[in-house]
Amino acid sequence: MRVAIVGIGMHPFGRTPERTGLQQGAYAARQALASAGVQWQDMQFGYGGSYSSGNADALGNELGLTGVPFTNILNACATGGSSLLSACKEIQSGAAEIGLVAGFDKHDRGAFNAHPSEYGLGDWYGEVGFMLTTQFFAAKIQKYMHDHGITADALARVAAKAYRNGALNPNAWRRSPISLEEIKNSQMVNDPLTKYMFCSPSEGGVALVVCREDIAHRYSDKPVFVAAAAMRTRLSGAFEVYGTSVALDNVPNASEQASKAAYEMAGMGPKDIRIAALQDTEAGAEIMHMAENGFCAHGEQEEMLRNGDTAITGRLPVNTDGGCLANGEPIGASGLRQIHEMVLQLRGEAGARQVPGNPRTGYTHVYGAPGISAVTILQR
Amino acid sequence: MLESNKSRAIDKHLFTWPDRNPALLGSRCSACDAHAFPPAPSCTRCGASEVAVVELPRRGTLWAWTIQRFMPKEPYHSSETQETFRPYGVGYVELPGALRVESRLTENDPGKLRIGQEVELIVYVHRTEADGTRVMNYAFQPVAAEARK
Repeated sequence: MRVAIVGIGMHPFGRTPERTGLQQGAYAARQALASAGVQWQDMQFGYGGSYSSGNADALGNELGLTGVPFTNILNACATGGSSLLSACKEIQSGAAEIGLVAGFDKHDRGAFNAHPSEYGLGDWYGEVGFMLTTQFFAAKIQKYMHDHGITADALARVAAKAYRNGALNPNAWRRSPISLEEIKNSQMVNDPLTKYMFCSPSEGGVALVVCREDIAHRYSDKPVFVAAAAMRTRLSGAFEVYGTSVALDNVPNASEQASKAAYEMAGMGPKDIRIAALQDTEAGAEIMHMAENGFCAHGEQEEMLRNGDTAITGRLPVNTDGGCLANGEPIGASGLRQIHEMVLQLRGEAGARQVPGNPRTGYTHVYGAPGISAVTILQR
Repeated sequence: MLESNKSRAIDKHLFTWPDRNPALLGSRCSACDAHAFPPAPSCTRCGASEVAVVELPRRGTLWAWTIQRFMPKEPYHSSETQETFRPYGVGYVELPGALRVESRLTENDPGKLRIGQEVELIVYVHRTEADGTRVMNYAFQPVAAEARK
């Protein structure tokens, strides 16, 4: 049995000094509940998470302390995906019919400063200056460009598309287009990636109301169904964030593993997908994730980007809401932002950034430290 | 600052120190032969608990790289200030027959770094403590043309 998404809510991403992360989560939850025509008291379970804004079950302080079994999920960039996955299992097990999934966060400015001990690494790893996810992504795209003929022009095209799409999204943080030249010529941060090719930690909240497929019509006339939700952690020897070493043989990474599992679960392949949301911590990540999720062969991205294939009007629109680049990354909310966008697109309610032709299937993918990935396939 | 000849490795499990010709330390699984750096208490590939600590090759080739251009926040710990911070190279170095290790690179000029180039291990002073003790870390440097075999 599939699980249906019947309500969605979102607090705009970016900077909202007047609201805590928790309040942004509650804002999204109220919106999601209202859109499904249900009350918080009707929720039979809750799953949610935040990295920097406290336990998600504190939403009860805002929404009401109803005794609901609420489970806090903390799974890095896969927090949202893991929350949705848990909710699906809760419903599929028959334990509950309807519940809430929520994610929110509010991070300080600047790069995250994670501590090595959180990842089972010695203190030395941070002291010598390796505790930065940006280095991993930069080294990985540097190698990818060398191996597959991707150029700095392609990196800039990904970023320009993100800001262009963000300008069409009222909930996005970065809402002004930035030219290819300005992106290329902005300050170099981690070669070959410039300032405008990176996303920044930000703030925001997203919530979903999910229920059993057979009762979805009670809550929504446009339910969106979860055809697959899969999460994978790293394999020994794979090239992943915060990896001190990599095996000589090429081991599939967490994204490739999660993607494969999701396609199998849905009984679909990349050709069945109309729209994709792919983790774009930086511009290179989107390029590599296009291939790792099966949407093209390694190296084809250069031409696809030049052709505009991943633009909203292209054959495979990618990150139609502006992705992490235009929205920033509130860790607990980021994966659910992708799902929120996909639900809007599949309902035909994405406004100025609506993908034409009544899209029926969408794909979401997150990836983060220390090698964790979650993928969902949604359909209407 | 006090004069001192004292030095210590930033982590004693990473490389042989003190040593005239230091080497990185890794582990090799006795069951499946998988390598790890730094030495792992058990094999992360097959789960076997019998692993041997081995010295890794001192020379290898550059497999992936970037330059860290801004000074990281804590837990970064060097003797630098925002004013004296010097961008540093970070890369993965392929050590033949063993594995690829993450390492700082002595070179921070992107024009002088090339995937596939030969690099060799060095140990350098990463910071100096208040009592003068030099805290040593490992890095890889490009092999000079005349030193290549």
